[in-house]
Amino acid sequence: MTDPALSSVRRTLYAIATTVVPESSTLDDRAWAEVHAVIDAAVAKRDARVRRQLATFLRLLQVLPIPRYGRPLTSLNARQRRDFLEWIERSPVAVFRRGFWGIRTLVFMGYYARADVAAAIGYGASTDGWEARGGTISTVPLAPVPWVEP
Amino acid sequence: MIDELQYDVVIIGSGAGGGTVAQELAPLVRGGARILLVEQGPRLRDDEFTGHELEMASALYEDGGGFLTADGTMTLAFGRAYGGSTVVYTGTSLIAPERVVRRWRVPGLAYDDIERRSRKYMLQNNVHELTPDLINDNNRLFAEGCRKCGWTPQQFPLNLRGCRGSGLCNLGCPNAAKQGTNRVQLPNAEANGVEVVTRAEALEIGDHVVTVRVTARQDGEKGAPSEWAPGTYRLRADLIVLAGGAIGTSALILRSPVSRAIPHVGAHFTCHPAQILIAEHEAPITNDVGHPKSFYLDRGEEERFVLETCMYFPFVTAKSMSGFGAAHSRFMRAFPRLQMILLLACDRAAPKNRVTVNALGRPVVHYTFLPETVEAMARGSRAAARIFFAAGAVRVHAPLANQATIERRDGEHLDRLIQARDFLPGRTSVTAAHLMGGCAMGQPHGAVTDSYGRVHSVPWLRVADASLFPDALEINPYLTIMALADRVAEGIRDDIGAMFTSGSSFGTVTRADRPASSRH
Repeated sequence: MTDPALSSVRRTLYAIATTVVPESSTLDDRAWAEVHAVIDAAVAKRDARVRRQLATFLRLLQVLPIPRYGRPLTSLNARQRRDFLEWIERSPVAVFRRGFWGIRTLVFMGYYARADVAAAIGYGASTDGWEARGGTISTVPLAPVPWVEP
Repeated sequence: MIDELQYDVVIIGSGAGGGTVAQELAPLVRGGARILLVEQGPRLRDDEFTGHELEMASALYEDGGGFLTADGTMTLAFGRAYGGSTVVYTGTSLIAPERVVRRWRVPGLAYDDIERRSRKYMLQNNVHELTPDLINDNNRLFAEGCRKCGWTPQQFPLNLRGCRGSGLCNLGCPNAAKQGTNRVQLPNAEANGVEVVTRAEALEIGDHVVTVRVTARQDGEKGAPSEWAPGTYRLRADLIVLAGGAIGTSALILRSPVSRAIPHVGAHFTCHPAQILIAEHEAPITNDVGHPKSFYLDRGEEERFVLETCMYFPFVTAKSMSGFGAAHSRFMRAFPRLQMILLLACDRAAPKNRVTVNALGRPVVHYTFLPETVEAMARGSRAAARIFFAAGAVRVHAPLANQATIERRDGEHLDRLIQARDFLPGRTSVTAAHLMGGCAMGQPHGAVTDSYGRVHSVPWLRVADASLFPDALEINPYLTIMALADRVAEGIRDDIGAMFTSGSSFGTVTRADRPASSRH
């Protein structure tokens, strides 16, 4: 991460990202750099106070598992990380829930906004609309069941 | 050095309200009026609407679409571009429900007036219903599911001209088909002599003065440079019309000295808190092609919710769901088989819910989910799940439910599985795009303006946007905003129009020529 406050928590973010989106662990280094770049750009638009809060919350998430598991977040196995983050997501402490929602959103932004991911999940919207699917504007033979106006 | 310019009318904001006022006042230019519209966002070329999710969200939305309420539990989406939010909505064009206009009890405002003006803009914006052959499966299944559940869905009137079915409406139509103010009213206004300046943020309002900061286009940014040189301008005007939206207009007043004369600004904020529900079908359906929003089910009067068809993009879809991990990924990887429904809760104005500004003058939206709003979300979630299953879905994702994934075999137990008590702010994703209130119409003792948008006790200030709504509209608001803006423009013409049709100068302001130094 380019933000100095966040660069120190990059490993924690990676551990969370691969728990939030398990298949993100298959991304190569170059793809991860792109994910980080998207997150960096989003975070850079927030004011310094928000960036500091984000870094602080990530540091907190790294150490919060220690009382329960005896290890920090990045040393937990996949199931332990999932259980811990599910607890955070439903925490009675509102700031934990909100903080995790924000990090989760950044991870989704970094991963699902990728063109290769969009293609992999079958998202295929095109500016050409129906014509890109072999239809035309006047005849669109795509619905498997004919539409009958009530 | 601050450039000082003089106009007769300055309009702030170019969305449904500002664009409409600009068009309706434009004939005054022929009589000598000088009318300026300033817009904070950029003016994009047609070929810059690419449909790429992050790129367009960053270019067209405030905070890239991620503006959060003060407690961080709801995302508010509103446009910031030439055309305002009309660039990024789906073009749904509904007339305000009569029951709502009656409930507002605004002195002098009758439903018939709203309806008549709405129909004017329906005609102007080519509003029509799509023909059956352009309805995709995502919409068709919604209509089928509604009927199987005993409900009657209605088809949305849409303001389209030459829609190719890209499904990218919320990222700005890439085919110039959606008839937002950027396509109709603003070009009309400019053709008739209204001056429009983009990348111009209104900082403060004083007595007949607006201070505006014009910013330079940054490298890599979409949109044309501003029509004016970067810098700060003081714009003197006999009349200032605020149309920056429920948040922008309220915040502008609140950070200005004029706010001392205007109590109640920021109150009556409502937003139709919304959730996206998703269902997985066994076979692929057409969902990411075709207009995304063709049908709706209006249960506002009976159950305080409205369901609408929708189809979002991968990132927005992912963040709108609850949870994470394998269950979340399974839905995402089923994208070609996904059906989506947007649930809008019909919230009501409440004292806690309001727009304020922070020490820097930036808007802060305080919003607490009232129990009745959460109940409406739960009822709407259950209804949407029933529609999904009736349409043949194998599983449903309901963000509000404790266990968000609901299998078809559990479709009989929705009352137990989706309950208001499971709503957990900060975990349950909620977003809103119908931002209303803040400068409510009504009596002087409790409201900001009269029914023509005239600010009580500040005769040179008008409001012409969704901030006028005294309470939630309970349906998509853009056509009602245009109707009210038309009314505001009529009030202005009545007040000052004769000055220009007779060729005499307006008011006391001397119309000085614009300094050459302020132009590129």
